[in-house]
Amino acid sequence: MHGTVREKTNVVRATGTGTTSLSNGAGAAAVLAAGFGSFALGLIATLADKSAGIKSAMIFSKPTGPLSGVTTSAIVVWLIAWVLLHVRWHNRTVNLGRVGAAALVLLALGLLLTFPPFADLL
Amino acid sequence: MEITTRGFWTLIHGMGFGALYLLACSGALVELYRRYAPAAEDAPAARDDWFMRIYLAAMAAVAWITVFTGAYIIYPWYRAVPPAGTASLAAFPQRLLMASSSTIGWHALGMEWKEHVAWLAPICITMAAAVVWQYGRELQRHPQLCRIVLSFVWIALFAGGVAGFFGAMINKNAPVEGGSTIHLMHGE
Repeated sequence: MHGTVREKTNVVRATGTGTTSLSNGAGAAAVLAAGFGSFALGLIATLADKSAGIKSAMIFSKPTGPLSGVTTSAIVVWLIAWVLLHVRWHNRTVNLGRVGAAALVLLALGLLLTFPPFADLL
Repeated sequence: MEITTRGFWTLIHGMGFGALYLLACSGALVELYRRYAPAAEDAPAARDDWFMRIYLAAMAAVAWITVFTGAYIIYPWYRAVPPAGTASLAAFPQRLLMASSSTIGWHALGMEWKEHVAWLAPICITMAAAVVWQYGRELQRHPQLCRIVLSFVWIALFAGGVAGFFGAMINKNAPVEGGSTIHLMHGE
């Protein structure tokens, strides 16, 4: 209860002017979840490439092959992360510098892991 | 003038949705920077704000349609395995590329990268659309958030560009063709 009250104080409302200043929590949740989703995509793709067992488990649709499982799993990770982070942060003000840096690092790693010559080094 | 159904779907995927996404992506970057970045002089008008929300939501939809048509309609034709004893690999693009040392790279690097990196685009652009939808003009008051969203949109453009480039080059070297023929026009 106390936590809820404290969280709501982070939503500044200037009702007199009709403007509303939203907290950055919802945006931070979306950004970090996108980072998680991107990283999950690169990681699962790399794991499927390295392990025959994981590659076989990723065949959700036979015509498309392992790509179907890799991408579906990454989307599931992304959406779950988004929902969980949104529920936790949507009314809060978070340290966006750290969250943004983490999200961009995850995105960069995800991008690198999708690049075959980089994944082959691992 | 005719086209095969597989060629038609490749056209819809690449030159239709894919190209539309890339064009829209550059427009989104310009508009996001012009209207929402901290350097923007005035907050966007309510009409422009709604336009941007719908524009980004439509872009996200186009990005998802592009990757799903690619992965679930065209890619199965691309990776089809020819029956034993098949003399011509023309209907089996992946095998055709892998059969020659001069073209194997288009599969080993091109398709292997394209098939995964393309999915970063809808993830990033959906996030951007969600943030702009939620914050609208308020985004100007969150300069850090705006900068992060812009970074993701740059990556979404890059990912789409990589996928588009390799898609075009792969289809040039080993076109996805087959199925019934669609007659577009009769010759003179």
